[in-house]
Amino acid sequence: MRTTFIKTLEKVAARDDSIFLLTADLGFKLFDRFRDAYSERFINVGVAEANMIGIAAGLALSGKNVYCYSIAPFLTMRCLEQIRIDLCYQNLNVKLLGIGGGLVYGLEGTTHHAVEDLAIMRSLPNMTVVAPGDKREAEALANESVRYQGPIYIRLSKEGGIQVHKTTPGLKIGKGFIVKEGAGLTIITAGNLLFTSKSVSDILESKNVKTTLISMHTIKPLDIKLLERCLKTSKAIFTIEEHSIVGGLGSAVAEVLLELGYKGIFRRFGLPDRYGPYIGKTEYLRKKYRLTPKAIANSILRVLNYK
Amino acid sequence: MAQLYKEEINEYREIAKQIRREILSMAYKSKSPHIGSSLSIVEILVALYFKCLSISPDAPQDEGRDRFILSKGHGCPALYATLAYRGVFSKEILSGFAVNGGTLEQHPSRDIKRGIEVSTGSLGHGLSIGVGMALAAKYNRANYRVIALLSDGEMNEGSVWEAAMFAAHHKLDNLIAIVDYNELQALGRTNEVVNLEPLAGKWHSFGWGVQEIDGHSFKEIINIFQKIPFRQQKPSVIIAHTIKGKGVSFMEGKLLWHYRHPDDEEYKRALEELSR
Repeated sequence: MRTTFIKTLEKVAARDDSIFLLTADLGFKLFDRFRDAYSERFINVGVAEANMIGIAAGLALSGKNVYCYSIAPFLTMRCLEQIRIDLCYQNLNVKLLGIGGGLVYGLEGTTHHAVEDLAIMRSLPNMTVVAPGDKREAEALANESVRYQGPIYIRLSKEGGIQVHKTTPGLKIGKGFIVKEGAGLTIITAGNLLFTSKSVSDILESKNVKTTLISMHTIKPLDIKLLERCLKTSKAIFTIEEHSIVGGLGSAVAEVLLELGYKGIFRRFGLPDRYGPYIGKTEYLRKKYRLTPKAIANSILRVLNYK
Repeated sequence: MAQLYKEEINEYREIAKQIRREILSMAYKSKSPHIGSSLSIVEILVALYFKCLSISPDAPQDEGRDRFILSKGHGCPALYATLAYRGVFSKEILSGFAVNGGTLEQHPSRDIKRGIEVSTGSLGHGLSIGVGMALAAKYNRANYRVIALLSDGEMNEGSVWEAAMFAAHHKLDNLIAIVDYNELQALGRTNEVVNLEPLAGKWHSFGWGVQEIDGHSFKEIINIFQKIPFRQQKPSVIIAHTIKGKGVSFMEGKLLWHYRHPDDEEYKRALEELSR
């Protein structure tokens, strides 16, 4: 996902010399081509996230379109106040590329897991929050982000991840994408559990439960119009995310649904509000937190009173 | 020529006096804090805006302008008054300082039409932003300079040193930091809170050209500016020794005036002192 994003950025940077790329000493080999092609516009600021955000602000105040890269929790939390004041308060053209959204850094441990990032970024005025679900979405959103005015937090997972989209979808920031349309039941996901969510939908379909699957790649601003539509056609709505159940996609959707007068079933699937006791790779952790397709599908069926 | 120079300095002194009166009036009317921090930087700001900076009051957005960042945002009454006296915006705007529905906050909010380059108020942000601006100038092959005015208490912020290290590494000789070294920070004397000394030595070891001056001497400020960069291909820092509350005898060197606003009697006395 991140490789696709950076490759897309390389292409755009060829015709747009306002694009700068900053990293806080992370992304081994990832930026080699960008650095070689646009050495003056690539800066490794060193292990100094706060300084990176300030520098990005200074560049943006000078008309540059700046991307900042680091591991998601370092990028969003170490320098939160720089993000708040320098980027959001001043509403500058700086895009934050947070790598390792969710549990992607599995064995690296809790310091490297990003499970509060969406909630924190979502609370900042002027900040747009996106999380592509596979590399095709990453490509689409990379292109979108270049033209977008104002700060964006872009939550990426590391490598691999199974592709859901066969071709690059025509994503628009702020508009949810309907991956498949069913009836009566809606699953809304954001970010790296897109494939998991698709699998949940497939399992349910095998039990004759039809679902609509939405990739809500933009968590803020949330696509309220699309939620209005879901609410009219769904008796049950579920959110799936690799993020704390506090403040992420599930919270955002719940806030809107309640205000819109939704009276159906609603459940959030995400990580519990605690720092986990588990050590393991991403897939292992997902099992422990019951974020596998089977576990989620079973929960949904239980909620719906299916045997 | 020397004669003209003397007249010029007398003129700046007169402006500084007016600006100090304006700062007192703003603080008095709005019951605002940070008088001491504003009074300590008046000569620096007057020298910059009336002499050293390349700016045009009629075109505050001009691409080629020098960029000034008040990293110690709490000293903004001095900046606002200086910008008004320099003609960047009208003096009437100052009457909207720190009042409900007003024009200017107690910490600066970016407003380039009024010559305010960056929103500041939380310490430790300005130098990094200045670094970004200086990098952009280098990339654009532009000649403008970037000047960030920092407080001494601000030197406690780690981000200042992140920026300092980076700026020297990238040879940003178009970047200038000025430290308002009035030796008083929010809860006490700088050498009692967290000793900064040797401050010049620290900056020097970070790869900067360092000069120390009397921050209330126009002659010293203006002269030192002509010597920038102090080291070839290095950023420059001016450590300006100042007096917190400078110009009002009973405020000078008093921590209390980081917080207090003058009552009627104090306001009168202060204005009298500044009329002499």
